[in-house]
Amino acid sequence: MRNYIIKRILLSILILFCTTFVIYAVMRCLPTSYAEQMALRLASAPNAKPYQELLAQLNKTYGLDRDIFTGYIGWLKDFAVGNFGDSWKFTVPVVDKFADSVGISFIMGVITLILELIISIPLGIIAATKQYSRTDYVISAGALVGISLPTFFFATILQLIFAVKLRWFDTHGMVGRNFAQLDSWGQFLDYAHHMVLPIVTITIVSIGGLMRYTRTNMLEVLNADYIRTARAKGLSEKKVIYSHAFRNTLIPLVTIVGGSLPGLFSGALITETLFAINGIGYVSYQAMVAGDIPFSMFYMTFIALLTLLGNLISDVLYAVVDPRVRVAG
Amino acid sequence: MAKNKPEGYLSAKESRRISRENRRITNAMEKKRKRKNVPESEYLTEMHDSGNAVEFDNLHTYFFTDAGTVKSVDGVTFEVPIGKTVGVVGESGCGKSVTSLSLMQLLQRPQGQVVEGEIRLNLGSKSYDVTKMPNVELQKLRGNFMSMIFQEPMTSLNPVFRIGKQLDEVIFLHDGDGKTKEDVKKRTIELLEMVGIANSEGVYKMYPHELSGGMRQRVMIAMALACNPRIIIADEPTTALDVTIQAQVLDLLRSLKDKINSSIMFITHDLGVIAEMADYVVVMYAGRIVEKGTADDIFHHPAHPYTIGLMASKPVVGKQVDKLYSIPGKVPNPINMPNYCYFKDRCEMCVNGCEGEYPPEISISETHKVSCYRFTEANKKGNKEGGEA
Repeated sequence: MRNYIIKRILLSILILFCTTFVIYAVMRCLPTSYAEQMALRLASAPNAKPYQELLAQLNKTYGLDRDIFTGYIGWLKDFAVGNFGDSWKFTVPVVDKFADSVGISFIMGVITLILELIISIPLGIIAATKQYSRTDYVISAGALVGISLPTFFFATILQLIFAVKLRWFDTHGMVGRNFAQLDSWGQFLDYAHHMVLPIVTITIVSIGGLMRYTRTNMLEVLNADYIRTARAKGLSEKKVIYSHAFRNTLIPLVTIVGGSLPGLFSGALITETLFAINGIGYVSYQAMVAGDIPFSMFYMTFIALLTLLGNLISDVLYAVVDPRVRVAG
Repeated sequence: MAKNKPEGYLSAKESRRISRENRRITNAMEKKRKRKNVPESEYLTEMHDSGNAVEFDNLHTYFFTDAGTVKSVDGVTFEVPIGKTVGVVGESGCGKSVTSLSLMQLLQRPQGQVVEGEIRLNLGSKSYDVTKMPNVELQKLRGNFMSMIFQEPMTSLNPVFRIGKQLDEVIFLHDGDGKTKEDVKKRTIELLEMVGIANSEGVYKMYPHELSGGMRQRVMIAMALACNPRIIIADEPTTALDVTIQAQVLDLLRSLKDKINSSIMFITHDLGVIAEMADYVVVMYAGRIVEKGTADDIFHHPAHPYTIGLMASKPVVGKQVDKLYSIPGKVPNPINMPNYCYFKDRCEMCVNGCEGEYPPEISISETHKVSCYRFTEANKKGNKEGGEA
């Protein structure tokens, strides 16, 4: 097992190199760059230098005059010693800006994931055990609606109903008007109050997939021979489903949950934008549109790292829930 | 189910009508089964002969599929005497397994339903009709008074639980009153040793994937013996095993049969296995019993053309043949059974009466019964000798 993990980590490092190079190359190949946008702005000012001259000067300052390969090596050297640089767009150290915005996204991500798990897994099991019944049809249709709903549409509907018509929540923002006057407990509640709509949006949109996945796997397991054996032993239906069948359904579910680890940190771009939440999704979107290479590179590398880690964790968890993997590993 | 289209074709409308009809029937049956607090008197019954462990009486098990009703078991009557082994033979799809699953009440619900007939299970002091029992009560019988050994040892054990746990579970469930964990474990290890597993302590801690097919089947047998079953159903227990292991498992079953006083219902399509194991033999064809009798009756005096065909299609050691005999034709479509003898279209020994409706059961001797027109009073004389294939 240890050898396996070491092998996987070494492989992950190699993959990380390739990924970061591709991301860097793509960032450099964008039809616009931060230097171009800035040069355009400066050139339009009165008495400014001509655009070409400004562009050459800015390219040199930001290191964009190097070719992609040397540029990447330069970035890699800095990155390796922990020098992540300053964000061009936000003009603060990349790490500060990142740390600033990731917290709220992470909290939202964790709450959403927990809600997703505790709602969709039981629903999936119920739908599977009552296959082709009315309950199953209602749950499956609901899941399909959830999967098909575009986030922006559903978020807007929620805003219309609960914020505009019923006035239970604010349409957007992270804190209320009189946030500053509240004591710390009140401030916490105010935060929580503003998180409700975004979290509901993400949860509803995401439970469908996991629910259908649980249902499919559960159905497969319920038709297995060992479930018939369990029934032939005289076990109660409850025990058959929640002990014998569910332990086997858990195996594929673990991969999904392990794979959703980077999702906790990547933020929810559309939802955050719609509800004006300064989370990492929204901030990274702004950085990318502006061609902010240091911030985008840091964010993307971070996500790539988490994805690799998530895969590793789900593989290890696989061995934990499935005894057959333990020996082979 | 009237079909006006070519064979095997159903219009969408027809199919919808059938499934609606099916749902109506099965829902009513499921509802009846799921009732709570069913009085015991409803399923309490009398054995016709107290020397029997199980009596199948006019059992009809149907599957309500979207293509129509499949009469998998259509009026099966036979009994399993206490302490005896009854072999059930027939080709694939003739209803052997469905008969046994009807006894265990493990049919694929809600499509599979026992629509008529009784299965009486002798519990010693009283007897129950399992077809009328609610699920909660059945759970107390399964694994306890009746247990089953399945065909596929490779997939019949839960891959994520240790062997010990899976065996302990049954003992705890039915026999666990006042027993500690250690007592149960001791019993499990005793069982593992009984089925010939040498390293029983080690196997107790193993997962199913660490065992070979033969070992897994031994574990399944141990599981079936865990409590004190009145009847053990062995549903083709050796089909998935190779020949040497097959012989070992059969030896084991035979030796266990002497040790424990329970009946065995042995399902197989392997006549050699039946000859070794069974006291009585039931030959099934297309959901009905065509012939039944003692092993001696069936093997030495087969009467039904189907049984004769089965015997002829078995390779015989020391006999040189170019090509093994096979019964011509195939089993009729289970959805639209003809209303004459099901075997008529494949039969090489038809007589005059065969045009008529399904033949009644005719007694040839005290124990030997057959459903064939060749043995009616009218046809008896001419058929005694002739007609062998």
